[in-house]
Amino acid sequence: MGLFTRRVKRLGVDRYRISLPEHEAELLRSLLPQLRGLLTTGLGDNDPSLTRLFPTAYANDPERDAGYQALVRDELLEKRFASLDVIEGLLAEADGGEVSGEELSAWMRAINDLRLVLGTRLDVGEDDDPSDITPDDPDAQAWAIYHYLAMLVSVIVDALAEDL
Amino acid sequence: MSTPQVADPDVGLDEDEVVDEDRPWVVLVWNDPINLMSYVSFVFRKLFGYSQAKADALMLDVHEKGRAAVSHGPREKAELDVFRLHEHGLWATMEQQ
Repeated sequence: MGLFTRRVKRLGVDRYRISLPEHEAELLRSLLPQLRGLLTTGLGDNDPSLTRLFPTAYANDPERDAGYQALVRDELLEKRFASLDVIEGLLAEADGGEVSGEELSAWMRAINDLRLVLGTRLDVGEDDDPSDITPDDPDAQAWAIYHYLAMLVSVIVDALAEDL
Repeated sequence: MSTPQVADPDVGLDEDEVVDEDRPWVVLVWNDPINLMSYVSFVFRKLFGYSQAKADALMLDVHEKGRAAVSHGPREKAELDVFRLHEHGLWATMEQQ
């Protein structure tokens, strides 16, 4: 991944630096509100990407699952909004700068949520090869974003794993 | 010949129910084509405190066998584990063993 790893650097125990090129920060600033919008207005719809973010817990017991969902769905939604608040707040600052492990974990979850939504919409399969996507593919840009987000999750995981 | 008298069937059902609740639950994580392998392994280490080796082995089970049992315990603990896995975007379910 070479230079890409410079985007997320571990400075010390529970201290990290995120430095994204401006056009990447801008991309995230445009994508994250879309995720927030989906979470805000889309709940209740049968959008598969929402099902992916709020999966069934009791696979063999619809009755118990309904009880579980009634109990925790709002809390799970709150957690997702909280992660969005952290990443959007930091992106609003001129320089993302130094963050804690908690804040970087929030970045990781929010960006992974974006991947889940985008990947579900692209109907990503186990054997999809990004080199199969040609520039004139109508989804070429979405695929490029999807892979960019994968690299970002990957470097965040590598940085956080050093403190496990 | 006669068949032995079966005790009140309702009582029998109740007993089954009690035994049922005591049986431990298992939390399963299912394969999905989106989450990165490194991410899944990291989440197992972070949430359950597993070693790198154990987390990697579970992640590979998910990837190659389609699913893996990542934790066990009473229903309340299983629900909490499922919640934390869902918070991290993993496809987790729970069932009784």
